[in-house]
Amino acid sequence: MSFVSALLTQLLHLALILALAPVLTGCVRWAKARLMGRRGPHPLQVWRDILKLLKKRPVLAENASAISRAAPYVALASAILAAALVPSFARGMVLAPFADLLLIAGLLALSRFAMALAGMDVGTAFGGLGATREMAFAALAEPALVLVALIFAILAGTTNLDVITGIFQEGALGLRVSLGFAAVALLAVAVAENARIPVDNPATHLELTMVHEAMILEASGRHLALWDFQASLRLTLWLALLAAAFLPFGMAPPGAGPIAWVIGLLVFIVKMAALGFALALFESTIAKMRVFRVPEFLGAALLLGLLGAVFLFVSTGLS
Amino acid sequence: MSFGQLPYDLAHLLGGAVLLLSFVLLYQRRIAAVINAFATQGALLALAAAWQGYVQGAAGLYVTAAIAFGAKAVLIPFALHRLVRRFNLHRSVDPALGIGASLIAGVALAGFALLVVLPATAGQRALAREDLALALSVVLLGGLMMITRRNLISQVIGLLSLENGLILAAVGVAGMPLVVELSTAALVLMLAVIAGVFALQMGESFQSLDTESLQSHRGEGE
Repeated sequence: MSFVSALLTQLLHLALILALAPVLTGCVRWAKARLMGRRGPHPLQVWRDILKLLKKRPVLAENASAISRAAPYVALASAILAAALVPSFARGMVLAPFADLLLIAGLLALSRFAMALAGMDVGTAFGGLGATREMAFAALAEPALVLVALIFAILAGTTNLDVITGIFQEGALGLRVSLGFAAVALLAVAVAENARIPVDNPATHLELTMVHEAMILEASGRHLALWDFQASLRLTLWLALLAAAFLPFGMAPPGAGPIAWVIGLLVFIVKMAALGFALALFESTIAKMRVFRVPEFLGAALLLGLLGAVFLFVSTGLS
Repeated sequence: MSFGQLPYDLAHLLGGAVLLLSFVLLYQRRIAAVINAFATQGALLALAAAWQGYVQGAAGLYVTAAIAFGAKAVLIPFALHRLVRRFNLHRSVDPALGIGASLIAGVALAGFALLVVLPATAGQRALAREDLALALSVVLLGGLMMITRRNLISQVIGLLSLENGLILAAVGVAGMPLVVELSTAALVLMLAVIAGVFALQMGESFQSLDTESLQSHRGEGE
């Protein structure tokens, strides 16, 4: 019975994330447009674009190898798998034992790797430029994520996101300085991973400093739809990860009934909307930074993670 | 360890936020942003002092909080902004040591503070020890900022944020007499006034606030 319940939770979670991801991206775009005084596209526009693009045949360059054909599927598959691991409205899903933060980081790295390969495959200047930059940023963002996982591991005794969420939900640990540092570091990494504004501009194809859009500049038709869907999925995944780690209120405990699910679902949607609006507000108020300053920004996140880990390490070791 | 009690947790978190702002001070390049970060740090310090006053039931700490807020979050940043506008200093702060290097040095200093404070205060509550370590880190980071910046305004801010660390340590200790805090606060105001006068003089003589231009006037000969 408990297995069926866990399976049902998992399926509902997956369906929710898959349906919600493009809507969330659309909502962030809409909120940004409203904040800048434009009317903005309908929040469902991202879904409409994806559905339209899915019907179109991709146009590939003459010298494109099998990598260009396979990369979108690899990236999307690993993003879907990672999204299936991050708890949204309930804990105790079937895949919960595998919801390791390091595994999630690895799946995200795999999808980024596929994207960088796709960017370099055809040999255009822009694709290679974007891929090298993405990899340079990842070299700092991933250690920061691993350090945050280390902080969670010291505090909660595990890197399993499902268990961490449960421990934080009980509030036994209280407020901790290291958690504050981890939150700031994780926010910086999330901004970089999703190509949001201080690091990259998600709304342009026309800048020499672009990163994410440069890699998928050659993609078209079905492949472009997959890339767009993957980007939305990653944004949703990151916001869900932040919500699960730092705002674990209202989540249904493992084995709970449908009523707890409905409450968890409503709370989850409110959390996502709040985080999405905060993101839109943040993006509207600051300017994009120069590409050469991004390593500094991510290096600061890395150092903050290190500081939080050092604090925890020393204080748990000595007292 | 006694975690999970709101009064200590919140004090701890505010101390951590003050330390975080010290890192922001080191990270920022533009002088206006540095001043704003300093004002935020002052406001957070006032909040920490007020919270300690509430927890310890010491009315004197509210005075400290009010002074910290009035001086550090409002008056001094306002004066510094005026100074910046007067000398047209909107360009970047030109650190003597790179931003990345100074951040790494900052983390090393914070780790050092932790290593020094924890053995020295053995036997105390874990959170009190960590709070003291946070305060010492803020002091050391203020010193680091004074060393690594060439601009006079940044150096003054480094000195003032160093003093923020002292206040943070003082309010965390129950039973610290009010006189100590008041005299530190008065000292800081005097420091700010002297620094302001100095900056005005220097700006008029050299047309810049870069302390590099003082090197040739040290009277050591070539």
